[in-house]
Amino acid sequence: MAQTSERVLIVGAGLAALRGAEALRAAGFSGPLTIVGDEPHRPYDRPPLSKHVLTGVIPAEATTLPGVGTLAAEWQLGSAAQRLDRQARTVRLADGRTLPYDRLLIATGTRARPWANPHEGRLAGVFTLRGRDDAAALRRALAAGPKHVLVIGAGFIGCEVASLCRQLDLPVTLVEPGPTPLGRVLGSTVGAFIGAIHEGHGVALRCGREVEWLEGRDGRLVRAHLVDGSSLAADIAVIALGAVRNTEWLDGSGLSADPGGVDCDARGHVLDSDGEPDPRVAAAGDVARFPHPLYDGRRVALEHWSHAVAQGVHAGRLLAGAEPELPYGALPTFWSMQGDLVVKSVGLTEGADAVAITQGDPAAGRFVATYGRAGRCIAAVSVDSARWLPTQAELVAARAPFPPRGAATDRPEGVTVFEPGFP
Amino acid sequence: MSAPADASSGPPPGLRVSVDLNLCQAYAQCCYAAPRHFRIEGHEALFYDPAPAARDRADIERARVACPVQAIRVEDPERGA
Repeated sequence: MAQTSERVLIVGAGLAALRGAEALRAAGFSGPLTIVGDEPHRPYDRPPLSKHVLTGVIPAEATTLPGVGTLAAEWQLGSAAQRLDRQARTVRLADGRTLPYDRLLIATGTRARPWANPHEGRLAGVFTLRGRDDAAALRRALAAGPKHVLVIGAGFIGCEVASLCRQLDLPVTLVEPGPTPLGRVLGSTVGAFIGAIHEGHGVALRCGREVEWLEGRDGRLVRAHLVDGSSLAADIAVIALGAVRNTEWLDGSGLSADPGGVDCDARGHVLDSDGEPDPRVAAAGDVARFPHPLYDGRRVALEHWSHAVAQGVHAGRLLAGAEPELPYGALPTFWSMQGDLVVKSVGLTEGADAVAITQGDPAAGRFVATYGRAGRCIAAVSVDSARWLPTQAELVAARAPFPPRGAATDRPEGVTVFEPGFP
Repeated sequence: MSAPADASSGPPPGLRVSVDLNLCQAYAQCCYAAPRHFRIEGHEALFYDPAPAARDRADIERARVACPVQAIRVEDPERGA
């Protein structure tokens, strides 16, 4: 149990950090609590950044999260954590300051994976989208009326940005090396259904293509050259190649961490390189890799909003000593707003060997897909059909037989099973 | 230590709103309660104003309690909640 005289340090100032800090306080911890963040901003909500901030409906600074104003904590913002010393129980910041701790919550999250060529990545007109300032800068560029937007990478952020460009009536090309958008997470069968919806809205989709290099003139992006020798003019490029976990500052700490995350045990304590938990240190959110009980203890690191909240709360209670001896195992869920299209998911699709359309019709743009593995339901995805998803969540949580019987109330003759199409 | 402890200007005044869009099922009760701050785009994409003015707190509170799945969280600094 964290004593009142003990100091709690939270490294990271995003959603998981904030909800973790709130949970510490709610569990009765009344000692000193410090939150360190590399950005100058207090915790803000990221989902609106790739949607209503980019369309200009809300300013980027309006996204500060509820809870920030009422939390009793000291904020150390604008300087990243650089080194963890577990013997001295200190964290050194980039500006040279050293902060002591008795209990530590690691919630440093991820950053956007940059364009591989740093010179090209610095051209005016080339953007990544992760933080509030990124969104504000991209908003300014989109509002200036670019001639052609190129989005590189058709994952969730790439699809969100591309579809939003169409809402702004901007010409946009989405380039993806895989066979369909969203193929890594949803598989190419469901990815193709969603890609067709975006093409119907005017997104120029170029799958199976790769951008080789970005051409600048006078320091500004003018053209993108593809591996197949073709090229396209573009004055804006959004690099949407996924995220990199912020674990470099843990190098030399003796904790088990790599670019895939920092390892936790089932309770949420961070493991050292010998696999022993450090009872003073917990991790939460995008950066935490943990054994998920619903998936036979497979270690996963989840970049999901609801996971940041739930694991943040879990870790806060754990550090306060209030947590029952239960493993953390919330059912993974996420949503993505792609233009006016809403894609939601429960469970984890990884390892799926089959997928069935269990509600609606992909050709109509509204459907539910259920994923199976070895005859059990492991995940489900809804496209503009969110009200069907809670039923699916129950099937996934219960590892119900796949294909699910009676799940398609609009299809009494049964469901068709497809290959999911994972790489 | 003279380094700034908090380089940000702190949260802007007014209310703070966030919606758990995993829970949201587009019943749109918030849109009836506070139409200037919530609306449905397309079939089920909820837009919400994350930073409404304090004078709109009655509408926002009505929207919060009207949500059938209780997905709306509101912070009202003047009320300490």
